[in-house]
Amino acid sequence: MSKEEKKVNRRDFLFTASYTVGAVGVGAVIWPMIDQMNPDKAQQALATTEVDISNIEPGKSITVLWRGKPVFLKRRTSDEIAEARAVKLDDLPDPQKDEDRVKEGKDEWLVMLGVCTHLGCVPLKDKGDFNGWFCPCHGSHYDVSGRIRKGPAPTNMEIPKFEFVDSNTIKIG
Amino acid sequence: MSEHEYVPKSKAAKWFNDRLPLLTLGAHLTDYPTPKNLNYWWTFGGILTFCLITQIVTGIVLAMHYVAHADLAFASVEHIMRDVNYGWLIRYIHSNGASMFFLAVYIHIFRSLFYGSYKSPREVIWIIGLMIYLLMMAAAFMGYVLPWGQMSFWGATVITNLFSAIPLVGDSITTWLWGAYSVDNPTLNRFFSLHYLIPFLILGLVVLHIWALHVPGNNNPVGIDIKKPSKDTVPFHPYITIKDAFALLVFMIIFAGFVFFTPNVLGHSDNYIPANPLVTPAHIVPEWYLLPFYAILRSVPDKLGGVILMFSAIFILFVLPWLDTSKVRSAVFRPIYRQFFWILVIDVLMLGYVGAMPAEGIYLVLARVGTIYYFLHFIVVMPVVGYLEKTDPIPMSISEPVLIGGAEPSLARKVNDKV
Repeated sequence: MSKEEKKVNRRDFLFTASYTVGAVGVGAVIWPMIDQMNPDKAQQALATTEVDISNIEPGKSITVLWRGKPVFLKRRTSDEIAEARAVKLDDLPDPQKDEDRVKEGKDEWLVMLGVCTHLGCVPLKDKGDFNGWFCPCHGSHYDVSGRIRKGPAPTNMEIPKFEFVDSNTIKIG
Repeated sequence: MSEHEYVPKSKAAKWFNDRLPLLTLGAHLTDYPTPKNLNYWWTFGGILTFCLITQIVTGIVLAMHYVAHADLAFASVEHIMRDVNYGWLIRYIHSNGASMFFLAVYIHIFRSLFYGSYKSPREVIWIIGLMIYLLMMAAAFMGYVLPWGQMSFWGATVITNLFSAIPLVGDSITTWLWGAYSVDNPTLNRFFSLHYLIPFLILGLVVLHIWALHVPGNNNPVGIDIKKPSKDTVPFHPYITIKDAFALLVFMIIFAGFVFFTPNVLGHSDNYIPANPLVTPAHIVPEWYLLPFYAILRSVPDKLGGVILMFSAIFILFVLPWLDTSKVRSAVFRPIYRQFFWILVIDVLMLGYVGAMPAEGIYLVLARVGTIYYFLHFIVVMPVVGYLEKTDPIPMSISEPVLIGGAEPSLARKVNDKV
């Protein structure tokens, strides 16, 4: 009798096949229940924003809303650009050249997500120890290029995908 | 558990009870033999049941007037406050009720820590209790988001961003939680749905919590196993019900004091400003009952590290029954542990205080010291003290120290004097 039990028989095959089909079925039902929570078509439709930048004076910045998040557009002065480029990469927790954070030939325009990479607060401009931004929530300091210098934030403020539609218009997204 | 089998008196009751033994359950709950020395720290189970029912009833009523939409939520809460008949009262009971719920649960948890109620054979009661506590925090957090004020919005942003610390999949998880690319209308909608669901999950767990409690029976201030029923026990009704009722009355007076005289003292005035995704308030502070964990989060100068430590601070409690090596339950007979217990209480209160302060200077130092001690208490103090400590002699029964002398000589002497 024990010999027969050890043998793989038709019932074992039926069990395995039933469990497999059952698992696929359960998965097929669960996935829509999970995926429905991801951004819907209406949210995805808000994916680009066009901004008129003709009125921004050097040294000034504006904040626009893109996908529910603030985006900082700063027209930097040549002093500020020089300051950002003078920083040694060794001094940065998340080393990145200022040149890599702007479009070539449009160095005065810093376009970045105004979202602290720590826990998502909006940093305050012209504050902090590095002449850039300061996040009031947990004390992260960013420099004039939006790079993290001090505090709990792990990375530099994110640069979104953007392009210059013409010399006065930026398209974000 | 009562030894005798319950038989309903009337024929109709017997007919029903044979088909669904609800009356047997009622009789069990009434006769349930309870240690006769339970003090007022044991009344918080009943108080917490009251809190849960209060939150469910007021919550259902509020949901009849609230609108879960980013454009309408703030106004609908003001509508409740100004236009709905007694809306102000119901909302203030609900919002202060959350605070009272946590006040009671913290006393309940620290009572368990002092008297060793989490120890064998009550580990499962303890773990179910912690699951209730976790769900309470989730419900409270989501409830705080619903008015869609500045603190609602930015609290939601900060807490959901905790998940972005997870390597690789963090950002996808955060977007999934939001249902958008930031905290937005879809987030508010699902938080409302879940906020409505969680209290009923808690209710289910409360049933399991009490069921698990009724298997070994209550722990007691002396912390010893007792025979049930015996001269060490009294029936739950009327002895415990009347004591619970009195404690509940005192608790309700304090509750009413908050609701009627300082309904906003535990909240934050920034939450009366409508949510604005472009401006973060200068000081984001969670509700008071989450402050110790917030202090732990901020004490670590690393995003992932802070998040891990904060969650560990809660999850370490789940293994507490196995970290505590002492055979003696009650801290009454543990002279060393008793002192560490009070240090832990002070430590958690201090963490709560620095959690409300800016994360800089002396506050940051205190937060770090407090965090280190919090973990030392559970990882080092509990196993080591349990192993090395010379405990005081424990009585053979609850009646013993009174009748024949024992741990409390003053009581014993009094009895002897009379004789």
